Amino acid sequence: MYTQAMDTMREEGGDKPALRTAEEAQLQQRFDNRIDAGEFIEAKDWMPENYRKTLLRQISQHAHSEIVGMLPEGNWITRAPTLKRKAILLAKVQDEGGHGLYLYAAAETLGTSRDQMLDALHTGKAKYSSIFNYPTLTWADVGAIGWLVDGAAIMNQVPICRCSFAPYARAMVRICREESFHQRQGFDSLLVMMKQGTDAQRAMVQEAVNRWWWPCLMMFGPPDDQSPNSAQGMRWGIKRVSNDTLRQRFVDAAVQQAEVLGVSFPDPDLRWNEETQHWDYGTIDWSEFWRVVGGDGPCNRERLAARVKAWEEGEWVREAALAHARKSELKEAA
Amino acid sequence: MTTNTEWPLWEVFVRTKAGLDHKHCGSLHAADPKMAVQMARDVYTRRQEGSSVWVVRSDQIVASDPGDKDMLFDPAEDKVYRHPTFYKLPDSVDHM
Repeated sequence: MYTQAMDTMREEGGDKPALRTAEEAQLQQRFDNRIDAGEFIEAKDWMPENYRKTLLRQISQHAHSEIVGMLPEGNWITRAPTLKRKAILLAKVQDEGGHGLYLYAAAETLGTSRDQMLDALHTGKAKYSSIFNYPTLTWADVGAIGWLVDGAAIMNQVPICRCSFAPYARAMVRICREESFHQRQGFDSLLVMMKQGTDAQRAMVQEAVNRWWWPCLMMFGPPDDQSPNSAQGMRWGIKRVSNDTLRQRFVDAAVQQAEVLGVSFPDPDLRWNEETQHWDYGTIDWSEFWRVVGGDGPCNRERLAARVKAWEEGEWVREAALAHARKSELKEAA
Repeated sequence: MTTNTEWPLWEVFVRTKAGLDHKHCGSLHAADPKMAVQMARDVYTRRQEGSSVWVVRSDQIVASDPGDKDMLFDPAEDKVYRHPTFYKLPDSVDHM
């Protein structure tokens, strides 16, 4: 989900940079062989510079997405309708924070500092998933995010558990294990409103689903024929399944779930295709996707401002903690 | 950018339950040992994954060089006689 990095970056010379020395060519050959054999690459192993750069961009973007992703739902923690829902939402948002930390740690093994990554986010150089630039207007949005946004994220993240870069793969295994409850709690919350709620609550759920459906389909990134970096990602074992294949899997699963819930999707072209044995869906408005990725979504400025504010207002705390640690160390040494 | 004030990195080891080894599970930034333990608990044991944690400053860990992998570990490859399965014994005493 949170992995649009490969689609939104410029094409960068791909896999075959000008090799300078015979030794480098040999290293490249050995690396390619390891990828072909399905071996994992660890942080200290030799890797092509573009592999490192691509991974760094993808993992850090993924981490930023988890952290920024805490904001839309965090918006509802104080207004959750019951103590139970509040406890669940708190646990979920705390998980997202934890997932961001696992991923930052994985990215740091590639030789960049946490502060460098945060600086890239705060200055707008690094991106996060387009989906978090949409607002959470009603309580039903929290359920819709769990069901659809996290559902799409899981669809996208499960194949990354087999990513060739081992620290990323290990982080993804942990994340996927925890993420399953996120989707289930969202569906459960919507189901309660649909089955036991009032007409107004049911309408609220449908309205939330209408707003989240298309942005969720965009989370998988541009169509395969407009995804120039996909082939390279596949070659490197960073990307395992194509954007369109994942999107189709998501649509097929979601249609069934919507039926159980008793909601519809805002797509008149959505219909079962007997031939392909999949659900056909309508045309996605990619101009909206690029607009949101480019910084002009409904909440881009608000999200970034919230992150920068938290970072700046926390500065004295970070400094004080460090000063305290240094003082304690000195005292112990004396 | 304030890289000079970045909190140091710690490696986290978690014992899932009494009787088992502590196992490496990830890393985190913390200002001091006490905070590192607290954060290890929050980041890596939210679902009762642990009954004990160790934290170690990452810069204190000495690791083997991946480039030395063959030199260090290959010599054990041809010493099959270190494994019990190398010895074919009569069926009547094979449970030995």
